[in-house]
Amino acid sequence: MSSTWMTTRAWLLMLPLLVVMVAVIGWPLVDTVGLSFTDAKLVGTGGNYVGFDNYANMLSSSNFSRTLVTTTLFAVISVAAEMVIGVLAALLLNQQFHGRAVLRALMILPWALPTVVNATLWRLIYNPEYGALNAALTQLNLIDAYRSWLGEPGTALTALIVADCWKNFPLVALIALAALQAVPRDITAASLVDGAGPFNRFRFVILPYLAGPLMVALVLRTIEAFKVFDIIWVMTRGGPANSTRTLSILVYQEAFSFQRAGSGASLALIVTLLVTVLAVAYAALVKKTAGSAV
Amino acid sequence: MLKTITKTLVGAVFAGGLLVPHAFAETTLNALFMAQAAYSEADVRAMTDAFTKANPDVKVNLEFVPYEGLHDKTVLAQGSGGGYDVVLFDVIWPAEYATNKVLVDVSSKITDDMKKGVLPGAWTTVQYDGKYYGMPWILDTKYLFYNKDILEKAGIKTPPKTWEELGAQAKTIQDKGLLKTPIAWSWSQAEAAICDYTTLVSAYGGDFLKDGKPDFQNGGGLSALKYMVDSYKSGLTNPNSKEFLEEDVRKVFENGDAAFALNWTYMYNMANDPKDSKVAGKVGVVPAPGVTGISEVSAVNGSMGLGVTAVSKHPDEAWKYIEYMTSQATQNQYAKLSLPIWASSYDDPAVTKGQEELIAAAKLGLAAMYPRPTTPKYQELSTALQQAIQESLLGQSSPEDALKTAAQNSGL
Repeated sequence: MSSTWMTTRAWLLMLPLLVVMVAVIGWPLVDTVGLSFTDAKLVGTGGNYVGFDNYANMLSSSNFSRTLVTTTLFAVISVAAEMVIGVLAALLLNQQFHGRAVLRALMILPWALPTVVNATLWRLIYNPEYGALNAALTQLNLIDAYRSWLGEPGTALTALIVADCWKNFPLVALIALAALQAVPRDITAASLVDGAGPFNRFRFVILPYLAGPLMVALVLRTIEAFKVFDIIWVMTRGGPANSTRTLSILVYQEAFSFQRAGSGASLALIVTLLVTVLAVAYAALVKKTAGSAV
Repeated sequence: MLKTITKTLVGAVFAGGLLVPHAFAETTLNALFMAQAAYSEADVRAMTDAFTKANPDVKVNLEFVPYEGLHDKTVLAQGSGGGYDVVLFDVIWPAEYATNKVLVDVSSKITDDMKKGVLPGAWTTVQYDGKYYGMPWILDTKYLFYNKDILEKAGIKTPPKTWEELGAQAKTIQDKGLLKTPIAWSWSQAEAAICDYTTLVSAYGGDFLKDGKPDFQNGGGLSALKYMVDSYKSGLTNPNSKEFLEEDVRKVFENGDAAFALNWTYMYNMANDPKDSKVAGKVGVVPAPGVTGISEVSAVNGSMGLGVTAVSKHPDEAWKYIEYMTSQATQNQYAKLSLPIWASSYDDPAVTKGQEELIAAAKLGLAAMYPRPTTPKYQELSTALQQAIQESLLGQSSPEDALKTAAQNSGL
């Protein structure tokens, strides 16, 4: 009896939130699904039912496949770099030293910055005429002339990834740092006594404690990176020659610039589906790691 | 007696109560402008303040976005149900805005005086299918700016009359070691690149469309892109041009790092302002050059207009505001960053004083303004062309192939 009551009470307590969620997420989502089967324009009403035409057109277009590759590259590289840098920063900030509190606070700054501000900042740094990066590299004699970092397809995506990493590694570091505090002192002390070197200590003693929380960070960051829009829109608008155009930018162009709400909706749903698959896969992984770590 | 006074007072309060809300009945207009080129934000605010002072019952909320966001912001605001009363729009959008009912047809409000007084080229900015969708406001084209100091040092007497000559002069400047890359353009993956390309298309006598189908991949359209690629590959063009917008071009020119630059009217007085510019007093301006045997000068129609949106609840007040903003008096008063749409303004000493060189260039340039194609699918066409231009510059594709692909992807 009490368990039924618990269940009822839980659902009752969740009800207000669920209503809000359905209103702000559920309804627009259903509306978008409906829209994706029509040829509706952005302004004006309705549109005619066109079946799966929008999906077929989108999936078969060369724009889509090229953009998917760009997005995947961006997501994989930036998330991997953020994980590595984040964990290293956390290990460092977990040491005892003077000024640690100040450094910990400073580290949050990039993450606390609005993305648009961050993107504008990096645009200035990469500026081909008076950017700080060009100035620094020429003064260090690493390059002999100023270069157009965001104007060359070879460097533009890398430049964006660096900017994204700078902004987002603190999130990973923060999560890792919290997890590090939970590593029992006596275990690390014991491993020292047993003669484990720094790498082995990290690999066999510390990492198991980090695995679960890091998985959460990985899921969050991958989903975010896959949906990336603002930082790229501000820095390159998908250029040069579409070499940094991601799926979200393609959705934006289709739905808003070209005003084809129908096919834009179908593309948006394809992206949603891809992200959902990723999220579910990760969730399974988290469950597994969490199970084995403890 | 007391009773009468009370009655009077009550009556007065009552009448006042009726009158007060009426006298202060405020109409609030939301207007969308751009914070880039042409009139500065400060100019637009000053003009608007003067309007609201003369019309105290109307309040105008101003919003400014970069040019790159102007189209999408307008359409999105309308698509989401809210929206602006007055919007600034580019010459390339009336076809799409009219087809999708973003702007209202204001043909009946255009008076004969307006029709007679405004330059014919300006009207093309707001017309589609024989109807008027607003008032022209910014009459603009791209001019060739040059650094008089550098040209003098290179021993060049007169600025170039043809694009070929421009290349030759740039080569001289480069050979004499005055500048590494003397020409600056705005070839970022944006509409700015299309404006430079259109200027060249007009010089080479090309066509964007023929019978509604893409024709830029042939003749003048192809020659225009080839010129851009040659200028880029020869090293005469600043290679960073491919990530420049107009503001970047202005900064490079003002820093003395460009001998030649293609840009809008606003750069003339800004580059001549010693506060921000190192080249103040050395700024020369002429119409963009032509091509021997084809054209004397070249120009793109980069004008913009003000229109009333279909969702505006106060179309009459909105039009009144537009009339004020586009009036000859207002435009003559703020003629430093953007030139008036009114023909007689160009002979008014109040407008021409201190910028005679610009006015002389404008008389030739504005008369030669070449339109970008009028089609509801302009955004797609432009996006495809931007990609073609960038791929050709980067050597990923030949100009021929790139333009052929753009023609296929143009949606036309």
